[in-house]
Amino acid sequence: MDASLPIRPAAAVDDGIDRSLVIRNLRKEYRAGEPVLKDVSLKVEGRGMTAIIGPSGTGKSTLIRCINRLVDPTAGEILFMGQDLAKLSGRSLREARRRIGMVFQEYNLVERLSVIENVLCGRLGYVAVWRAWARRFDPKDVDRAFTLLDAVGLGSFATQRADQLSGGQRQRVGIARALMQDPDLVLADEPTSSLDPKTSVEIMELIARRAGERDIPVIVNIHNVGLAKRFADRIVGMSKGEIVFDGPPRALEDAHLMQIYGGEGWLE
Amino acid sequence: MSAAAEAKPLRTWQRFTPAERVIRSVFYLIALIAIVWSVQTIEIIPEFLYDAPQQTADLFARMWPIDWAWYPKVVHEALVETLHIATLGTILAVALASLVALMVARNITHSIVLNSIGRFILVATRSVHAMVWALFFVAVFGPGALAGTLAIAVHSIGFTGKFLSEAIEEAKPGPIEALVAAGASPLAVLIKGIWPQVKPAFLAISMFRWDINVRESAVLGLVGGGGLGMALDTALSNLYWDQAGLVLLVIFVVVILTEIATSFVRSRII
Repeated sequence: MDASLPIRPAAAVDDGIDRSLVIRNLRKEYRAGEPVLKDVSLKVEGRGMTAIIGPSGTGKSTLIRCINRLVDPTAGEILFMGQDLAKLSGRSLREARRRIGMVFQEYNLVERLSVIENVLCGRLGYVAVWRAWARRFDPKDVDRAFTLLDAVGLGSFATQRADQLSGGQRQRVGIARALMQDPDLVLADEPTSSLDPKTSVEIMELIARRAGERDIPVIVNIHNVGLAKRFADRIVGMSKGEIVFDGPPRALEDAHLMQIYGGEGWLE
Repeated sequence: MSAAAEAKPLRTWQRFTPAERVIRSVFYLIALIAIVWSVQTIEIIPEFLYDAPQQTADLFARMWPIDWAWYPKVVHEALVETLHIATLGTILAVALASLVALMVARNITHSIVLNSIGRFILVATRSVHAMVWALFFVAVFGPGALAGTLAIAVHSIGFTGKFLSEAIEEAKPGPIEALVAAGASPLAVLIKGIWPQVKPAFLAISMFRWDINVRESAVLGLVGGGGLGMALDTALSNLYWDQAGLVLLVIFVVVILTEIATSFVRSRII
């Protein structure tokens, strides 16, 4: 688990790159006149983990998916590394996406491919299509994929097919794939919601550590308030498409949770 | 039994309500009318019907003994040609159908116009029988294996393309989304996200179609499409029943063998 990664050693942590993300007046309407995100503004520093909590259907997932444009926002700006992501399309959008790693609730591995090839899929934004097709990946990428698999504790599973893994193992592969992009931002959309409590903690720990040692900012959507408080440096509470809490975990009190989730019986 | 239980009225249950029973009776009546009507339409000639058993027995008697010597002279070559027509036709069909399937699959092509054009190609190729396609291609290219191969290929596009497009549409969106999020180009997503998911169906569909095509190409020769059918046609027009019997037997054996082969491979790969 503690295999150190040579990709971006600790000495290079302060590399002077500004990885902060600024969201301004982001609005998303799936149906006209019914906004899921109501002009959300948020600035995320270029380091540490930001957890977005809130009830189901409150727009957390939409917010995170607007950032890498899996969902197209209706209005607003998403400023990241000198670009407005909301305005990109085609090649420039793909190039921006390769800088942003994503971890999914359902892992989203290509099940019939081997574990190592799933990790290498993180390089698809960079490698030529014929190379990917012929499985002639850059030897340096292949070596790095092995290193990342060691780092997530799956070194011995490299040649197994992804559908042979357990949920927790699949999510580790998902994390390795996201890191394979050598990203400047990691988005995690409910990464632990399909996992048991123990595995959930391990996965959050893994994301926090592997992103932390390379100083990559992480934005994570998460149902589990306990996990959010334990691993995040900052908590953003959303309710009905709006941000209703924004602060460090220790500032999050029951009153806020009641405001975010409504009711109080569940807090007992 | 106690008195109370006896006094309780019996609860009844019937599968159909009275209205449903009326509707069902009407359907049976319609089916009966349809049968009577069609029997009248096909104009069965009673004399031919009465001596059908004798005629059948006579046919088989003429076929026996089978002219085995004709196999190396003509039938073997025709058999190889039939297998070639089926195989080449299937490969061609799968190649063309893959393109049309991508055009039809709504998760790949987000254009109703292109979807509809693709769908039209699938329906148009499928609804014309291979025999009719063969007649068309014989008229264009002359009789022979080329016409047969093209007939098989074009007719198979509809079947293969329909099932392929359904397999593509059933591909899970999650992995595809993950590759898109990593900045993969549409072609890379197709190769690494969709193809691995579709591959088993692709192989199964191609093999199933090859199986069907072996059967169809065996008779295409009757209209000039080459292969075993041509040999059958020759034997029939010469009234050499012992040779016709040989061809029919060879077709029968080949169909059984391809069936065994494809089900064996299918059980291994899927």
